Amino acid sequence: MSSQRTQTGYNFAYLDEQTKRMIRRALLKAVAIPGYQVPFGSREMPLPYGWGTGGIQVTASILGRDDVLKVIDQGSDDTTNAVNIRRFFERTAGVATTERTEDATIIQTRHRIPEKPLSEDQIMVYQVPLPEPMGRLEPQEVVTRKLHALADYGLMHVKLYEDIARYGHIASTYDYPVLVNGRYLMAPSPIPKFDNPKLHMSPALQLFGAGREKRVYAIPPYTRVESLDFEDHPFSVQRWDDPCALCGATDSFLDEVVLDDAGGRMFVCSDSDYCKTRQAAGHTGSQSPVPATQEEAA
Amino acid sequence: MSPLLRVKGISKRYGEHIGCADVSFELHAGEVLAVVGESGSGKSTLLQLLSTRIASDTGSIEYQVTGRGLVDLAHLSEAEQRWLLRTDWGYVEQNPRDGLRMNVSAGANVGERLMAVGARHYGEIRNTATDWLQRVELDAARIDELPTGFSGGMQQRLQIARNLVTRPRLVFMDEPTAGLDVSVQARLLDLLRELVTDLGLAAVIVTHDLAVARLLAHRLLVMRQGRVVETGLTDQVLDDPQHPYTQLLVASVLQV
Ligand SMILES: Nc1ncnc2c1ncn2[C@@H]1O[C@H](COP(=O)(O)OP(=O)(O)OP(=O)(O)O)[C@@H](O)[C@H]1O
Ligand SMILES: [Mg+2]
Repeated sequence: MSSQRTQTGYNFAYLDEQTKRMIRRALLKAVAIPGYQVPFGSREMPLPYGWGTGGIQVTASILGRDDVLKVIDQGSDDTTNAVNIRRFFERTAGVATTERTEDATIIQTRHRIPEKPLSEDQIMVYQVPLPEPMGRLEPQEVVTRKLHALADYGLMHVKLYEDIARYGHIASTYDYPVLVNGRYLMAPSPIPKFDNPKLHMSPALQLFGAGREKRVYAIPPYTRVESLDFEDHPFSVQRWDDPCALCGATDSFLDEVVLDDAGGRMFVCSDSDYCKTRQAAGHTGSQSPVPATQEEAA
Repeated sequence: MSPLLRVKGISKRYGEHIGCADVSFELHAGEVLAVVGESGSGKSTLLQLLSTRIASDTGSIEYQVTGRGLVDLAHLSEAEQRWLLRTDWGYVEQNPRDGLRMNVSAGANVGERLMAVGARHYGEIRNTATDWLQRVELDAARIDELPTGFSGGMQQRLQIARNLVTRPRLVFMDEPTAGLDVSVQARLLDLLRELVTDLGLAAVIVTHDLAVARLLAHRLLVMRQGRVVETGLTDQVLDDPQHPYTQLLVASVLQV
């Protein structure tokens, strides 16, 4: 028992063993029924809801001493939320952490899936604010549960129809609804739809935790994940006119960064690890500091 | 020929109250049955039993499921019942707000059933919705407007289009014209009669208005205190009522 303790006095990874077992049982059920939302007895965590308490409980339940943890928020490892969660597990579990995607065994994330392809040795843990994809259309949970039970997803298409009628295209750009394994409709959490194709047939196990709503769900490795669409309005991902201004990548999700108050701006990789890795390998973009470029001469 | 719907001895109690008691009848394809009777006589209860919205305490309801013959509805799974309700059946509520999605466009309201049964081509869904808006005499240019901006009569026509878009064989209607102005009622009744005839629809229409029954129904079922007191061809029952209660109903209409 004492071996479960860390120097902070908490049990390993903060949660007590019984709670972790309970969450692991829920996760096993979630893996057995891909995309199905499994209720679990969410615990109070030393963070407010909305800060990833669902994801943290999932990570705490699956974390082992040899795991290497990476935490992403908005694609970046150094935002406040990511730093706090990483520090939380460093203190309560004493596990190694990393910013390098390929070195991590568990990646807890809010908003992004890493650009580097994942492997069978990795587990993604998503923080989910709103697990019910039809929640905005049908607020009653008894009703949405029945719709899931009967695989009755016309309502979701009504929403997509309405988008096209109103805006000429499907307006959702993040948390874009998917059908998992041809059966359950699932909210992929607020990742950009750019990342949806990465959910499909991923070699990594993908776990989703919603703390406030007390739900976990999962996509097992190599599972079909389709983004909903219409035949004449097929699903498509965001594209940018320019490559990343720092590493020149043309295949990554870009964030707009304001440079000055004169309206200067640039587009850079949202995945900071991907961008750094590329820069270290010598890739450059239009705003790269080194080498001094022609623009300066001009 | 076997009937489309066969109802045997169905009842529904609400505690002490009788919702409806021991109702039996048959309905054939393309036939329109009106259920008439005073307020509280059990008309809506009967309609809800028939459409499997509530379960019957006794008896059975059999329906001619395509390719399967007469099937006891109680033996269908919930998914099968739901499938019937959204493909082979329609249900027109008295208050269109209960039967429409008020927060999505007219086009989406009509298209919902199509999408629920697997339509995945936006352009085709929209074309079908446009056709149906025109069929119920709504301006197709308003396809992208919310029904909240429609008049009561327009909402009711939208609700009818939303129900008929999957070409059901059987439609339940609970006082479909009751909330409307008299002039609007007349036009809607004409429209309903045309649609029922053109599509060869079978229908069970609840009404307390004998004029509605006269115009739309082939046969009549007169209810009182939850029981059927008289049934027969519409003209026959209205011109030569047998049961004292029916005589009273007919007389009270004539007096007005
Ligand atoms: N949900 C319910 N709970 C309890 N009693 C009910 C319920 N629904 C109906 N009843 C009772 O069942 C009887 C039949 O009601 P029902 O609504 O079927 O009548 P109706 O013929 O449709 O009347 P109306 O013309 O006023 O709509 C009435 O005595 C009514 O009070
Ligand atoms: Mg009624």
